[in-house]
Amino acid sequence: MSFVFYILAAITLAGGLAAVLLKNMVHCALAVSIAFAGLAFLFLGLDAQFAGFAQILVYVGAVAILVVFAILLTRSSDTPKDGGVFSRTWLAGLVVAAAVFAVIGWAVLSSVGGLPHEAAVPTVTVLQIGQALMGPYVLPLEIVALLLTVATIGAVIVAIHEKEDAK
Amino acid sequence: MVEKLDQIFVLLSHWLVGFLPAGLQQAAGIVIGVVVIVCLYPALFALAVLMERKGLGRMQNRYGPNRVGPYGILQPIADGIKSLTKEDIVPLSADSAVHFLAPIVVVVASFMGFAVLPMGRNMVLVDMDAGLLFYFAMGASTELAVFMAGWSSRNKYSLLGAMRAVAQMISYEVPLLLSSVAVVMITGSLSLTKIVSAQNAYTGIFPHWYIFTPWGFAGFLMYAISTTAETNRSPFDLPEGESEIVAGYHTEYSGFKFALFFLGEYVAMFSISGLGTTLFLGGWSAPFSFLTWIPSWIWFFSKLMLSICVFIWLRGTLPRLRQDQLMNFAWKFVLPLSLINLLVAALWRFLGEGWQRWVFCSAILLIAYVFMGLQEARSDHFGPRSYRYAE
Amino acid sequence: MLGEGILKGLAETARNFVGSYVSKERLTTVEYPEQRIAPIEATRDFPFLVYDGKDWDAGLRCVACQICEKECPPKCIFIEKSKDKKPDAVGKQQFYPARFDIDISVCMSCQICVEVCPFDAIKMNTEFELSTTDRFGGLLLDRQQLAKSNEYYHEIHPTEASGVDARLAAERAAAEAKAKAAAEAAAAKAAAAAASSAAKPAGGEA
Repeated sequence: MSFVFYILAAITLAGGLAAVLLKNMVHCALAVSIAFAGLAFLFLGLDAQFAGFAQILVYVGAVAILVVFAILLTRSSDTPKDGGVFSRTWLAGLVVAAAVFAVIGWAVLSSVGGLPHEAAVPTVTVLQIGQALMGPYVLPLEIVALLLTVATIGAVIVAIHEKEDAK
Repeated sequence: MVEKLDQIFVLLSHWLVGFLPAGLQQAAGIVIGVVVIVCLYPALFALAVLMERKGLGRMQNRYGPNRVGPYGILQPIADGIKSLTKEDIVPLSADSAVHFLAPIVVVVASFMGFAVLPMGRNMVLVDMDAGLLFYFAMGASTELAVFMAGWSSRNKYSLLGAMRAVAQMISYEVPLLLSSVAVVMITGSLSLTKIVSAQNAYTGIFPHWYIFTPWGFAGFLMYAISTTAETNRSPFDLPEGESEIVAGYHTEYSGFKFALFFLGEYVAMFSISGLGTTLFLGGWSAPFSFLTWIPSWIWFFSKLMLSICVFIWLRGTLPRLRQDQLMNFAWKFVLPLSLINLLVAALWRFLGEGWQRWVFCSAILLIAYVFMGLQEARSDHFGPRSYRYAE
Repeated sequence: MLGEGILKGLAETARNFVGSYVSKERLTTVEYPEQRIAPIEATRDFPFLVYDGKDWDAGLRCVACQICEKECPPKCIFIEKSKDKKPDAVGKQQFYPARFDIDISVCMSCQICVEVCPFDAIKMNTEFELSTTDRFGGLLLDRQQLAKSNEYYHEIHPTEASGVDARLAAERAAAEAKAKAAAEAAAAKAAAAAASSAAKPAGGEA
């Protein structure tokens, strides 16, 4: 188990580092998706099936594609002419990544006290997740859903507006 | 005897594993299952390619391949040898690492889906609680591989094909998921084995397959449309539209790497047909109660091959859609209808047994279909296209 | 109704699928190496040289005038004129091609050589199975490979060949008549000269 964990951790870290350090933007995006997949397998290693598969479905399947599209549509996909694999601003990237990591790490560590300390890992089935989402957490779920709907409608309105301008 | 024949592969696997020490048995069982899947589906791929070429030929009043072996049955072998011995060309400006990885990722991601498909009674590699989710997670990763192939080739046709493929796959993944969610709602489980066993019951001689319910029928239609688009099959084969963009994202692939893309496409077809069979056509269960003595795996694979035949039939019939028609069809017809179908499935669940739910659900779906059909037919999406910049 | 057209289309392809097994007239495919259709008379691909009589070398109609070589748009004909003359089919002394090569990998089947030939010596062939393992030497046809008998020409283009034969025969007849007339005239002249010389024995013509 721990052996598999170290391999997955190494892959995830390598993907994350490559995403920060590489020069070619599309390579960075692909590296990010490797990191996403590594994370998903780490979730699976923790018996969190739903989280793991959702991670692959949403992040590898959708978010990575979105990132790639964004890169291709904003012309930063041109291959840098000068040699070298690593980005010239790799240090800045690393610093930003470390800062984000520090913030998240601090948040997680400071909230450890609030988590229930259970010795055995409970087996969480999809059914239980569904019941939790539809029962006690239905209000947050609905708020998130509303937010996403508003965002979608907003995006559509922005897109339509631009189109009319073009005419 | 019937029982034995039904379970023959399970018993065979157990017998083989029995020779190993107890500690290795579980791992060996998995290895056997994987090896069987990895060998079986390429064999079916060969069969399907032959069927496709012969069938399409007959639909166009041709013979199809008939030179290699009797009736041309050795044609797939000849094709395989040809693609193996061809020169593997990588464009000079291509991103060689990504170019190399893309076909591998395509094939691996396509094969992963079989891990959770029940191919017969007790014949499932991993009986996962979130099997359906696993399947779609693996299906989603092929999109990235297609993009990798198109981008790394440094060819405008490849990139165009990849962009088309990704846009199309993302658009049709939504109705694909929604039509499957209806099944999950009724069954109350994401496990594919549970979905099959829920359908493996009979009223009189007729089975309880989901396709024989109003929501199941509509869901199956939506699922079939989405799968055809998802596997880039005609009439949704814009990503590889030969007449427009050479071969789409695999333009710059030759030799065995091209064969891998070809294999990946067919394996994806098999696995998505297998999933459709599992979700709507009762998986491995027999179509009539008096036919249950025929082994379950025969039923599964006959349904699978039947779906492949329908794919071929559609390819022989329909012309390719235009990009805007494709997107309009996905977002303005298939998606709303899948959403309505989701509502209808919920109604079906909560109306309880009785004739009312049949009438209600069928009526809602029919009205929605007719109304949206008329709307679509009247709208100008299907007419000649007006161009904004290229008049 | 949406989807109606798709069903109609599916029915149509299904009818074709089943029909191709049931009715023979649907399958129009000719399985080429085993089955062949007789080529239509106007078929043409590459030129060949016509000879009369039995011996190809002696009977070649070509007199190496090199018009075709000059007219050929892709310049695929190569002719080397002979130094000496030898009698042709009708026994007239003519030049003959010491070499006559056509590179059929260059030839574009335009038939201009046939149009310009004043001797009906070059005609279009219908032989299309010309694949060879040697793409340079194998596609460069020499005199012997190009020579085909007039009977062969009749076989592949019967109407055209009889037209040509009739014309040639007419020309020959005309030539013979002319020759005869010329000979007669010469004979008459000679007779007249003889008569005049008889009258004036010391006279003579240069």
